[in-house]
Amino acid sequence: MQFDKPATTNPIDQLKVVGQPIHRIDGELKTTGRAMYAYEWHDANLPYVYGYPVGAAIAKGRITAMDVSAAKRAPGVLAVVTTLDVGRREKGKFNTVNLFGGDEIQHYHQAIAVVVAETFEQARAAAGLVKVEYAEERGAFDLREAMAGAAKPDDSQEPDTAVGNFEAAFKAAAVTLEQSYETPDQSHAMMEPHASLAAWNGEELTVWTSSQMIDWWRSDLATTLGVDKEKIHLMSPFIGGGFGGKLFLRSDAVLAAFGAKAASRPVKVALPRPFIMNNTTHRPATIQRIRIGAGRDGRITAIAHESWSGDQPGGQLETAASQTRLLYAGADRMTAMRLATLHLPEGNAMRAPGEAPGLMALEIAMDEMAEKLGMDPIEFRIVNDTQVDPEKPERPFSHRDLVGCLKLGADRFGWSGRERPGARREGNWMIGMGVAAAFRNNLVLPSGARVRLDSQGVVTVETDMTDIGTGSYTIIAQTAAEMMGIGMNKVAVHLGDSRFPVSAGSGGQFGANSSTSGVYAACVKLREAVAAKLGFNSADVVFENGEVRSGNRSVPLAEAAGADGLVGEDKIEWGDLTKTHQQSTFGAHFVEVGVDIATGESRIRRMLAVCAAGRILNPITARSQVIGAMTMGAGGALSEELAVDTRRGFFVNHDLAGYEVAVHADIPHQDVIFMDETDPMSSPMKAKGVGELGLCGVSAAIANAIYNASGVRVRHYPITLDKLIGGLPQLADMSDAYRSRA
Amino acid sequence: MRAFTYERASSVEAAANAASSNRQSKFIAGGTNLLDLMKLEIETPTHLIDVNGLGLDTIEPTAEGGLRIGALVRNTDLAAHETVRRDYGLLSRALVAGASGQLRNVATTAGNLLQRTRCPYFYDTNQPCNKRQPGSGCSAIGGFSRQHAVVGVSDACIATHPSDMAIAMRALDAVVETVKPDGSHHAIPIADFHRLPGETPHIETVLEQGELITAVVLPPPVGGRQIYRKVRDRASYAFAIVSVGAVIQLDGTGRVAVGGVAHKPWRVEGADAELSRGARSAASALFADARPTEQNRFKIDLVERTLGAVIAEARG
Ligand SMILES: Cc1cc2nc3c(=O)[nH]c(=O)nc-3n(C[C@H](O)[C@H](O)[C@H](O)COP(=O)(O)OP(=O)(O)OC[C@H]3O[C@@H](n4cnc5c(N)ncnc54)[C@H](O)[C@@H]3O)c2cc1C
Ligand code: SF4
Repeated sequence: MQFDKPATTNPIDQLKVVGQPIHRIDGELKTTGRAMYAYEWHDANLPYVYGYPVGAAIAKGRITAMDVSAAKRAPGVLAVVTTLDVGRREKGKFNTVNLFGGDEIQHYHQAIAVVVAETFEQARAAAGLVKVEYAEERGAFDLREAMAGAAKPDDSQEPDTAVGNFEAAFKAAAVTLEQSYETPDQSHAMMEPHASLAAWNGEELTVWTSSQMIDWWRSDLATTLGVDKEKIHLMSPFIGGGFGGKLFLRSDAVLAAFGAKAASRPVKVALPRPFIMNNTTHRPATIQRIRIGAGRDGRITAIAHESWSGDQPGGQLETAASQTRLLYAGADRMTAMRLATLHLPEGNAMRAPGEAPGLMALEIAMDEMAEKLGMDPIEFRIVNDTQVDPEKPERPFSHRDLVGCLKLGADRFGWSGRERPGARREGNWMIGMGVAAAFRNNLVLPSGARVRLDSQGVVTVETDMTDIGTGSYTIIAQTAAEMMGIGMNKVAVHLGDSRFPVSAGSGGQFGANSSTSGVYAACVKLREAVAAKLGFNSADVVFENGEVRSGNRSVPLAEAAGADGLVGEDKIEWGDLTKTHQQSTFGAHFVEVGVDIATGESRIRRMLAVCAAGRILNPITARSQVIGAMTMGAGGALSEELAVDTRRGFFVNHDLAGYEVAVHADIPHQDVIFMDETDPMSSPMKAKGVGELGLCGVSAAIANAIYNASGVRVRHYPITLDKLIGGLPQLADMSDAYRSRA
Repeated sequence: MRAFTYERASSVEAAANAASSNRQSKFIAGGTNLLDLMKLEIETPTHLIDVNGLGLDTIEPTAEGGLRIGALVRNTDLAAHETVRRDYGLLSRALVAGASGQLRNVATTAGNLLQRTRCPYFYDTNQPCNKRQPGSGCSAIGGFSRQHAVVGVSDACIATHPSDMAIAMRALDAVVETVKPDGSHHAIPIADFHRLPGETPHIETVLEQGELITAVVLPPPVGGRQIYRKVRDRASYAFAIVSVGAVIQLDGTGRVAVGGVAHKPWRVEGADAELSRGARSAASALFADARPTEQNRFKIDLVERTLGAVIAEARG
């Protein structure tokens, strides 16, 4: 199905199932431990053994020698495969650095061997016996130092944009702001580690893994192993979080495959937690510079956003300036992004790549500018709203209700109670409120699905779509139920298997809208097949209550299917609507924090997100996505930072004790409101993504709340107490605060 | 993790004996620190002696009016003990500020005192670390040192002792009771128990090989307002950036021990004496010989501010 005209009325609009607050259909499997994640895959016919990885001890250089004799002699060891054994491999299309193979070390903890043994403990112990000699080389590990030599990437990454004459307009502006901001390297830190179980049967390879993108992984695994893609069967039915860290093939699958070949046994490999942060990808740090010029009326006349990030040679930008092209009005504008070469682990997509760090900076800048103008920051954003692409005014937004989000949120949150910076106290707590806009483009990818109707009237959906904890199983079942006029109990959903039609996969908040649209398309085919079989005119058939009706004839679906059943298979593909219309999602984040007047500890008190993201397919799973993202943004604002050792070239705090994500005690109260809207330009579902929107801007709202509470502006994330205490009231002035607490 | 043998000790003496006859052995209590370190091959004992079954898990009053806490008493049980809550509130508060409920259910009094530093370089066997591998160098000096010590440091090591409980023990003048392999009993004041890093950061306490902790004794209650203030980046489940444990009497005198700043719970007599004059005076005494790094200099100011808040709260 080609989606090239705005959606008109279709069966989804009935909203009998779609849009309803239905609990996730895989929830019981998960809460009872019956959902098998990759590492837990268990099959009596698969006598698997265990692989344990060895990582490079240096950041850059070559391996000159490896001695695996002691490891091979260790108890239980079946095989040791080294990076030298397998030699340099062709790299997967989506990987920047080599996952395994060859003598070159490109980053710390790059995989250099896998030890396979009968038990996990034996494999781990033997891995400690592998001896490696290196010829170490100097590398670049410090973004600030490498900034000067940063290059302009090729035009496909759109490094430079400009409309009008920014410099002149900025110079002429009545009120201006020029500031720098920094965001740190961040880790996905998902709950489930990267894990794979690989089993060879002759030339055929089966892999159970934890992947957001089945087809990308399958292709890149084939390339890396040098086998035919058709010979690989990849499965990933349950995924314990990914956040972009499992978009691209990772070393666990490669090591498991090589280990299994060498040991002639199925092999399981999980990346140990302290290995993940340097072995896999991360969100790259940025240094950003923002300049805004406005008239005294608050209208932005000039806006510029520049960003520097680093990556391995051949890597990509963290596109932190991109949202600034679309979020606010202003005639004269520019963005520029530069990429420095760094030999840290590979930088790559993490939830809301680009927008997340970009808005961390831009939305502080907007708060600062509002203050300079003497305007309420909500009013300032409303004044600068735009209903068209500011670079191409002839190109409208498909639907944009940022203003509605800001206004509704302000009302619900009690924004009018906000005081001037440093004014509100409760005992030892300095209290403040902050706001920020949320913005993330609505991406779509082609997505296929197959639906079968059987003689019991059950509809089974098959697609290689993944559910990374988001709720894909549930919304896909809702879509099929709505389309076929049946209850949820008559739908079965099978996901994450390379034997199924290729879907959009999970990432870039494109998964829900794209994959349900693919299921919609397949259901249209199935409806046609049912109508054709019954000799109905497909234009006027109604699918309702498990029956198909035309005029005064009605037939139960089970009967229509017959003994052989019926199948519909199709794929949604996207026309030009994303070019003629800018499709984005919007929101407003509101946060109240307390800052301890003595210690500078910032603690969130309450959070509210109002989101405008098209039709909400399921308010329960959508809400979970948004509160999860808000939580991630809290960690990003207050504590998450991969600390770089710029001498040795690695992330030092590479475990969950050192890399502090938010815990329950950090998140006392969260609310989410979805605007009641649809976007017919976006898809037949009229939905857009929400999975990343919730993260966009939330960290800046926290930063702005901290400023409002304490009067200290921090532009360098995370906003830890050491960056605040220098600006807090002197000791002598604190005693009263503490006394009044008692 | 290397393969190891395991035995359950039958008595205190047998445990100490077994440990002294095998220098590659270690005691295991809750195992919450030791097993993690073994998995990462930071510790590589070849033999474990389980001391859980020795009856060292009771809390009894002493003849002097204090409290004898068995070495194997769990952190949860100690924090919840009625006498501890009533008379040694500082200890109870410090305990519940540490780790998580699940960990405290398993972690023991002796194990907590002997837990090792959380220096991230210590945890990464690819990195030079004098504490893990004497003579290899200290990666934290000149590296990522935000959480490291600011006082009592050496050119060999700037690690901190991470325990919350030990800060309270130090402020309360606890005494560590041990049995040596020769059967002799010893009482070590907590002030002397942990060592500064000096040239030998791998030697962290005055315990000898095979010396078993049997109990920690608290002197009679000292009264006063007892406050434990742990400062950290997130609200729970994080080690202290700094912590302040204080007992403050009605007249403003008192005692203070500080965590997160040194290789041992940090208490300075001169600082206690200055307490009634306020946080600034006391902090000056605490940090008279401080040698912070660029990244952790803020801790000095932070302790002063936190102590100021603690004093204000005590007076409030
Ligand atoms: C995730 C995590 C978070 C944590 N957070 C905190 C925190 O915030 N604050 C905090 O203070 N602590 C924290 N801890 C540390 C925790 O308090 C310690 O791990 C625990 O107290 C150790 O006690 P254990 O009985 O498990 O010791 P074990 O691991 O069994 O032993 C530790 C050491 O003590 C030795 N030992 C044990 N018993 C004796 C004995 N009777 N005599 C002689 N030697 C003995 C062992 O040989 C070993 O060397 C945390 C730990 C973890 C894993
Ligand atoms: S501070 Fe101590 S523990 Fe840390 S690297 Fe240096 S020597 Fe090792």
